[in-house]
Amino acid sequence: MAHDKQTQITNVKRRDALKLLATAAVAMPVMSMASHAAAVTAKTKGAELIYRPTDPDMLKPIVPWSMTLTQAELDDLAVLADIIIPADAQSPSAASLGAQHFINEWVSAPYPQQKADLVLVRGGLVWLNAEAKKRFDKAFAKLSTDQQKQICDDICFEPKAAAHLKHGARFFAKVRDLTATAFYTTEPGMADIGYIGNKPMPSFDGPSDEVLRKLKLKS
Amino acid sequence: MSGPSGQQEYDVIVVGSGAGGGMSALILSIAGLKVLMLEAGRHYDPVTETPMFNLPKEAPLRGASTPDKPFGFYDATIDGGWQVPGEPYTQASRDPQQRFDWWRARMLGGRTNHWGRISLRNGEYDFKPYSRDGLGLDWPINYADLAPYYDKTEMLIGVYGETGHGLENTPDSPEGILQPAPKPRAYELLAKKSCDELNIPVIPAHLAILSQRQDHTRLPAKLFPNSALGQKVVADSMQSRAACFWATPCGRGCSIKANFQSTTVLIPPALATGNLTIITDAMVREVTLNKAGKADGVIYIDKNSRQEVKVKGRAVVVAASAAETARIFLNSRSPLFPDGIANSSGLVGKYLMDTVGAGVSGQIPALENLPPMNEDGASGMHLYQPWWLYKQQKAGKLNFARGYHIEMSGGRGMPGAGAFGGLQSFTEGAYGADFKQACRRYYGTFVHFAGRGEMIPNENSYAELDPTVVDQWGIPVLKFHWQWSEHEINQAAHMQKTFADIITGMGGKVTSNIETDGRKAIASGGSIIHEVGGTIMGADRRKSVLNQHCQAWDVPNLFVADGAPFASNADKNPTLTILALAWRTSDYIVEQFKQRNI
Repeated sequence: MAHDKQTQITNVKRRDALKLLATAAVAMPVMSMASHAAAVTAKTKGAELIYRPTDPDMLKPIVPWSMTLTQAELDDLAVLADIIIPADAQSPSAASLGAQHFINEWVSAPYPQQKADLVLVRGGLVWLNAEAKKRFDKAFAKLSTDQQKQICDDICFEPKAAAHLKHGARFFAKVRDLTATAFYTTEPGMADIGYIGNKPMPSFDGPSDEVLRKLKLKS
Repeated sequence: MSGPSGQQEYDVIVVGSGAGGGMSALILSIAGLKVLMLEAGRHYDPVTETPMFNLPKEAPLRGASTPDKPFGFYDATIDGGWQVPGEPYTQASRDPQQRFDWWRARMLGGRTNHWGRISLRNGEYDFKPYSRDGLGLDWPINYADLAPYYDKTEMLIGVYGETGHGLENTPDSPEGILQPAPKPRAYELLAKKSCDELNIPVIPAHLAILSQRQDHTRLPAKLFPNSALGQKVVADSMQSRAACFWATPCGRGCSIKANFQSTTVLIPPALATGNLTIITDAMVREVTLNKAGKADGVIYIDKNSRQEVKVKGRAVVVAASAAETARIFLNSRSPLFPDGIANSSGLVGKYLMDTVGAGVSGQIPALENLPPMNEDGASGMHLYQPWWLYKQQKAGKLNFARGYHIEMSGGRGMPGAGAFGGLQSFTEGAYGADFKQACRRYYGTFVHFAGRGEMIPNENSYAELDPTVVDQWGIPVLKFHWQWSEHEINQAAHMQKTFADIITGMGGKVTSNIETDGRKAIASGGSIIHEVGGTIMGADRRKSVLNQHCQAWDVPNLFVADGAPFASNADKNPTLTILALAWRTSDYIVEQFKQRNI
């Protein structure tokens, strides 16, 4: 490789970008996405994390922040995620693919958008359980499917939500968006909608005659 | 590995490693000159670092855009964005319309690692805009001067497209230069049908992506007829590149070297000449001047030791990105040039330009419920719409002077962060089984049309040194001034209406707001990342910083090879012109060395 030539003087080694104290490696608040379904909110003692988020290792990504939500919140989000994307004959449910853990990762991130979403989601969960108690005298997760649907129907579309439920509708919309991201970025989600790319092809052949005819671009 | 001794004198010091710096280093080192390249960011190798095929679910936030990675986690940009930690810049005004947001990429290869690969030639009109309509500035060269370099650049880097369209001010490449264009996608064909009705031309886009392997037996001899070394290193480089396999986004970089990046196409063969030395993490502060008034080297800050280092060269080529180049010039103060090197015109930093950008989104019912098909393609567009209303403009029928082209996107791409986030309004808030069904129905039916238009240089858009702020390397920073003229604002409004018409013609529904006030539609300064100008070239030394060879009028061994010499910013994306112009400038530098003028 030309880059190995002596003439090239490079001062920073690639892997120096991520320096972790050896003792911290096992206890770090860092999860690989592969183990996400078993997400834990581990606390770290004495760990020094030197991680430059503008130069992450893109081949071995990590989530370099700790998770914020409680188990109770995750449980409620799992219920909601499965109401939004339930299992059917074609694909599994969102929670079975870990949507609640993705939402936790999202709202725990140290960026302005995500910090705002943390408030929206946490506040929304408290409100949702209060609303469930008010209507049916039970926490949301304990309601019957029909009772849960009654609440969701009232908050599923902000423009048509009652004035006193608008904030609930904003919360629901956020959870729906995050659940959709969580679900459709997995292989089962991609298969569900028929995404068949991301593989090397010998040629790009354009749309089939069947598609061209459907689009009235070919008779 | 050892650092530079400071003793060796190089023939040429090249500041920057992107399109302009990479091209300069290649041409100069093939000519046998000893070249030192300085790059402010770290070393980067797309062959080993590119996340090809990696799925969103493996990335934090499923790869979503963040302040750390504005184009998403997998975007090739390292230590870059509109903000770079420790390297601030300032705004002269708090008015959002007067902002200029400055994109930088601190890495070997600069922005060529993540760019859109759109490679359009400037046309004849684009070099002489002032002569045509009395606005802006003429270049001191014309299309014919640069055409041979466009030809060679396209052959060297590999550009797909189609020739023989004969459209006004939209140059065709000569036969045998372009690579075959990929077939259009379904939504692109549907858009073409709508545009046909509106008399908007739709032709294959030109992108710097290999649709087939380069002819390494024929091309090197055409590119470097008099250099065995040049032929060898370029032939080897071409042989190392694979053709596109129609998967994975170009913006991540390309480990198989199918697309053009300075780091895969220019720097490896330049290193193979044995004449190029690269120092990374070298933040250049200033060009130094000797007593004879010639540049004799540069001073950079070694980012690791945080110490300044002086290196010597017989000529200096600055290609640090337009605004950074102007900043280096302004910071190069001496008794001879108290306002910055080569600034006797007072125009260093002036005439900063970006591209006019505005977009409209739509949903196309005809695309609903299509059978699964792979539309990844070349990741960028296969078709585009060049500007078409030259005659109406000339007849005074439009309220803006310059044109735009259209870049479209859509199709059945890989779902990422934000997938189906816009469905609420289509489904009145569907959830559950209805939501899943809606996602199946609407997937792949959304299209977006983005205008990319010419901005006319003006007196109110420029950069100067902030008198009180320095960056973490102790270097005074830029303060930006920005002002759109009515031409850009009206053009943005025209884009909005046109794109709405195209979407309607596709039988679709517009899903974004259509602004009749261009001020609400136009993307803010700097956001399109087509920053050019700042050390413009011209025919009159009182009215320009550089002559027709991109050579400083005031300092004959100082050259600029990025977008800073541009005297106008045609709607055509700047990278191809930067590359061609850098090659032409490098040929001139080599000639000056031969004639012992340097």
